[in-house]
Amino acid sequence: MNKGQLILSLIVTVLLVSCDSGNSTSLSAKSIIYCSEGSPASFNPQTITSGTSIDATSNQLYDRLLSFNPGDNDIKPALAKSWHVTRDGKMITFYLRKNVEFHQTEYFTPTRTFNADDVLFSFNRILDQNHEFNSVAGVQYPFFQSVNFSSLVYEVEKINEYTVRFKLNHSDSSFLSNLASDYSVIISAEYGKQLSQINLHHNIDLLPIGTGPFKLKEYRAGSFIRYYPHENYWREKVKIEQLIFDITPSNTSRLTKLLTGACDVIAYPIATEQIQKYSNLTLDAVTSLNVGYLGFNTQKPPFDNKLVRKAIAFAINKKAIIETIYAGKADMAKSILPKSSWAYDDSASEQVYSVETARILLHEAGYPNGFTMNIWAMPVQRAYNPDALTMAKLIQADLQKIGITVKIISGYEWEVFLNMVRLGEHQSVLLGWSADHPDPDNFLTPILSCDSAGKGSNNTQWCNKDFDQLLKDALQTANINQRKKYYAQALAIVAEEVPLLPIAHSKRYQARSTDVKGKLLNAFGGIDFRKVSKN
Amino acid sequence: MLTFTLRRINLLLITIFLLTLVSFSLNFLFPGDPLVNLSGRINPTPEQLLILSEQYQHNANFFIQYWTYLQHIFKGELGVSMASRLPINSEIINLLPATIELSMTALIIAMCIGIPIGFIAAINHKKITDNIILTIAMLGYSVPVFWLALVAILVFSIQLNWLPSAGQISLLYEIKHVTGIQFIDILLSDSEYKWQAFQNASSHIILPACVVALAPGTLFIRLARTAMLDVLETGYIRAAKAKGLSFTQIIYRHAIRNALINVIRHVGLQFANLMTLAMVTEVIFNWPGIGRWLIESIYQRDYTAIQAGLLVLSSFIFIVHILTDFIYAALNPLARDSKHGT
Repeated sequence: MNKGQLILSLIVTVLLVSCDSGNSTSLSAKSIIYCSEGSPASFNPQTITSGTSIDATSNQLYDRLLSFNPGDNDIKPALAKSWHVTRDGKMITFYLRKNVEFHQTEYFTPTRTFNADDVLFSFNRILDQNHEFNSVAGVQYPFFQSVNFSSLVYEVEKINEYTVRFKLNHSDSSFLSNLASDYSVIISAEYGKQLSQINLHHNIDLLPIGTGPFKLKEYRAGSFIRYYPHENYWREKVKIEQLIFDITPSNTSRLTKLLTGACDVIAYPIATEQIQKYSNLTLDAVTSLNVGYLGFNTQKPPFDNKLVRKAIAFAINKKAIIETIYAGKADMAKSILPKSSWAYDDSASEQVYSVETARILLHEAGYPNGFTMNIWAMPVQRAYNPDALTMAKLIQADLQKIGITVKIISGYEWEVFLNMVRLGEHQSVLLGWSADHPDPDNFLTPILSCDSAGKGSNNTQWCNKDFDQLLKDALQTANINQRKKYYAQALAIVAEEVPLLPIAHSKRYQARSTDVKGKLLNAFGGIDFRKVSKN
Repeated sequence: MLTFTLRRINLLLITIFLLTLVSFSLNFLFPGDPLVNLSGRINPTPEQLLILSEQYQHNANFFIQYWTYLQHIFKGELGVSMASRLPINSEIINLLPATIELSMTALIIAMCIGIPIGFIAAINHKKITDNIILTIAMLGYSVPVFWLALVAILVFSIQLNWLPSAGQISLLYEIKHVTGIQFIDILLSDSEYKWQAFQNASSHIILPACVVALAPGTLFIRLARTAMLDVLETGYIRAAKAKGLSFTQIIYRHAIRNALINVIRHVGLQFANLMTLAMVTEVIFNWPGIGRWLIESIYQRDYTAIQAGLLVLSSFIFIVHILTDFIYAALNPLARDSKHGT
């Protein structure tokens, strides 16, 4: 190719670019690109807790037996069209919906519709230690472990093709809420059988098959997920032809992509006030059931000492953090539970900021000259903590005043970070929790119970028998006032022991182009693209 | 030509040998246990470690360890990335073509724009055009690439909304990965939106390629200018002038060809510089190439990926260097006789 030809071809390329044909709008008009903040750890919500993975999978790929009514958080039917609870609360019978189809993809073609076998398969996988899919590829079921699912459910029984019965060891007032949460998805027993025949068990969590509104077309780790609509979806069909999760961990990149139109919707936007100034963009905000906290590793010195934990709680200026990190758009956390939870205790006293008290406590604990500690700052933005690194720096400055030197650990990739924190590598960690359903048990049990210590959600490794007993008692009764009392006592123990310092309850933000219509965010759980359409 | 070829191949082998030696020594210089780094897991099981230790002859002396390491490299086994848990060779095969695409496009832009401007400057030597071009070239060369990239995004993507700011192609288009070079893959695909995809990919490459091209482009201006000035001083140009050829004829028939040869000689050298610029640009433009991957690996302390990435990238740069040397030699018979490498 000589130079003349080269220049000619360059000119042709430029011309091709500039004459943007009308057709291209047609493909983008039928598709939605969502810029998400990280890669999912797995495509099966049963095996994960991270919000990123839930956003990417739960509502898109799967359905549950029950679901929540968005307005009042009442439980309503989904794959189970009705249910019946016995008076002692120990037996729950579900009557299943007929003619619900599973995804048909390149890797699986279903021959039958959804029935009781799928429910049994989905839950026995979690409950039965000897189930062939129980520990495939070393998976765990952190949500189910945290709510003590296997000691609660005695048996799942198939009555007939479309009726199943859950037999419980004791009544549990949060059981139905747990079944309606994003984690309790129904997977295909037939697909499991196929994988077992070709001995590729681990594919069950990598190449998902569900009954949800979308099915997986392609996933490139760290880059994107491509979903196609499920043609035979049992509810109203989705209105778009493609749903793409563009994985963009950097928050400035996400904003740029929104401004340049490369993304239709972005997760966790920065510069929220600037976004409101654009007429073609809208900002969604929901007050979420969440909490951002500084968790202490109570197994490691010096944080095995209650006084040290208390001293640090006194030394941190939460008000400054809320103004700087959340731009004032969050409530200062008094306890783990946010105000919108029914178990929120208004009478509990607020943690005051007092450097003096902190110094005295530190002296009492035997560290008059302070010490050196590390804070692990989570590498991704979350509603409950939009900028953990800056927060860590603020805390670093606060603790400097009482003679504590803080080393900030960041830079790990999110999955690696979670794994190392789960193993207890940290001394303290900035993390948080978004509720999966509105029951207060969903805050306390996963974050602080003995059962979830070291399983990925209780990263303080704290285990207090009295606290656990109160949580158990609260679940035994269906009387809300009685439950409230138990939770208030439990929270009093947390306030006294300070295994973690709750910092803020924030709003979850999301920005989108005005072309995108439909509700995406709920107060809890993951994002939902089922009802979204585009002009 | 044979001696020249042998010399170059010899040089290539020795350099690659040294590169593997450096890369091998990184095994011991990086923090952490070399075997754990190789395993791609944070907490490998003792069985996994045992298997790896046998595979890499970990208990033998350094020479044998090095030899097994070389065998693994030539089999294409570069270890497992700790971050993605994928074999590194498959990651590199996926990512390297995107970098090649970006840097080649940038190189072409830099040459097509830089060299003619350089010639224009030389022809107008010591006139105002020459001074203006030199000033602009100096400015262009001094602009830091990351700043330029950000300004380009701010102006052309965000404010004017002309060109996209990130990625290689809009994710809407499903293009099968065949060669990894996006444009070729698009032409090979049978999607009904093929031409839209082609336009989309072209509009995505313009901004990053221009940003990468700026510094080498200005360098080509100066190289081309010097080369042209040298040629214009030579006897044969004076002879041509004396023959009564017009100035245009002299430039087109004699000067350009001879000056180009000297410029091409420097393309190989410039390529290393270009790759460095491309790495930074890839990060800013979210270009799915090897540079961005390598920088992410450094952030994540993914030692196996860093080690393998460095080895592959430096070998690649060196191979390109040698190739341009061959092209230069093919074009310029005089160079073949020179005894030493340049």
